[in-house]
Amino acid sequence: MVAIVDYGVGNLFSLQSSFGAIGQEAEVTADSEHILRADRVILPGVGAFADAAEKLRGSGLDQTVRAAAEAGKPLMGICLGMQLLFDRSLEYGEHPGLGILRGEIRPIAERIPQGLKIPQMGWNALIFQKPDCPLFRKIREGEYVYFVHSYSAVNCEESLAATTEYGAELTACVWQGSVFGCQFHPEKSGKTGLAILQAFCEVKSE
Amino acid sequence: MITKRIIPCLDVKDGRVVKGVQFQGLGDVASPVELAQYYSDNGADELVFYDITASAEGRALFTDILTETARTVFIPLTVGGGINTTADFDRVLKCGADKVSVNSGAIRDPSLVGKAAKLYGDQCVVLSVDVKRVDGVFRIFAKGGRENTGMEAIEWIRRCVGEGAGEVVVNSMDTDGVRQGFDLELLEKVCEAVQVPVIASGGAGCMEDFLTLFRALPGVDAGLAASIFHFGEVKIQELKQLMRANGIPARI
Repeated sequence: MVAIVDYGVGNLFSLQSSFGAIGQEAEVTADSEHILRADRVILPGVGAFADAAEKLRGSGLDQTVRAAAEAGKPLMGICLGMQLLFDRSLEYGEHPGLGILRGEIRPIAERIPQGLKIPQMGWNALIFQKPDCPLFRKIREGEYVYFVHSYSAVNCEESLAATTEYGAELTACVWQGSVFGCQFHPEKSGKTGLAILQAFCEVKSE
Repeated sequence: MITKRIIPCLDVKDGRVVKGVQFQGLGDVASPVELAQYYSDNGADELVFYDITASAEGRALFTDILTETARTVFIPLTVGGGINTTADFDRVLKCGADKVSVNSGAIRDPSLVGKAAKLYGDQCVVLSVDVKRVDGVFRIFAKGGRENTGMEAIEWIRRCVGEGAGEVVVNSMDTDGVRQGFDLELLEKVCEAVQVPVIASGGAGCMEDFLTLFRALPGVDAGLAASIFHFGEVKIQELKQLMRANGIPARI
């Protein structure tokens, strides 16, 4: 069973449906026990970092997510959920993240040439940095996934698994041990996205 | 490199796709769910569902269909039509829409874009405009193009983007249905005015019209059309092959 952590941000209907489409049972839950009992955990998220981090902490689920990661349970953050895995974010001030992965979240405006639109919205190709990342078992380099983001992870060389080219190489995928993150939306990335979720569902606990 | 998006638009009335779809191999050509699946499997980058229902029953049917579509189609889904309040945003987002497009609703209540952007994020709010030249000036039309609001188009678009619209669908009433190509003059003005993604709509008659669009205006992010896709006159996969062969990034 996949637990999708529900801490009050965003709509989780598509995400839950996408697991259904690959034959995996997924529960949207705010119950810490359910999350820790699940085979794997998804940390979703849309919106502003500070707001989401506060809600996660306010619900106490930050401890649950950390505990799941420490127990070696496969954990995947999606979009803002991926950003929350890092040390901190510089979106409107400086805000601490979960600190599960080393690195920080900074505006893509600092890195991309002027004239490119922000957010990056649309389909872009994955460039593998760690081709052996378990998430890539069912896809090939160069496949397209759907991005919507104005911030991205930097100084995260340790975990950097894939990038995408948007005037600069932006972090697209991270991986360290049993912890994964996708800046893009696998649940909105067609067959490629579903293949990534399927591969995640085949990752074993450490 | 980010690709140019190709977006079919489905007009839905009382739970059925209108404007007649002519495909072989589809069990029910008027089923929005089947058509959405077909497009998703055949290269569409995104889908727009436009609810042209007037009745409450039709509206309930629409949200059912949306839910069913979002359960089986995993590409971004924009929903428009009848969006007048943030409660309408809420209603379609809960059914699996990723973005919500406002047109007349924003004209009636200009604070709607700002309110929705605060609640759901800029990326979720799509401004859709129907524009027509009147005495040489681009004007915004409301109520499905029936009513001239008298507002100058570029100023209105700029204002809504300032309020938080994260994307703009520009439908030219002058080129719509004429099939002689997109309204490059209008689109260029919009691209100069705003920094958010711009989606061109109205006028596509053949594959070359998309090439002309993306070549002439690199600031345009996507091309939207309905009947040329529904009638199979332009096949999205072929269009994308042609785009790639001409150096325009496309997801294949």
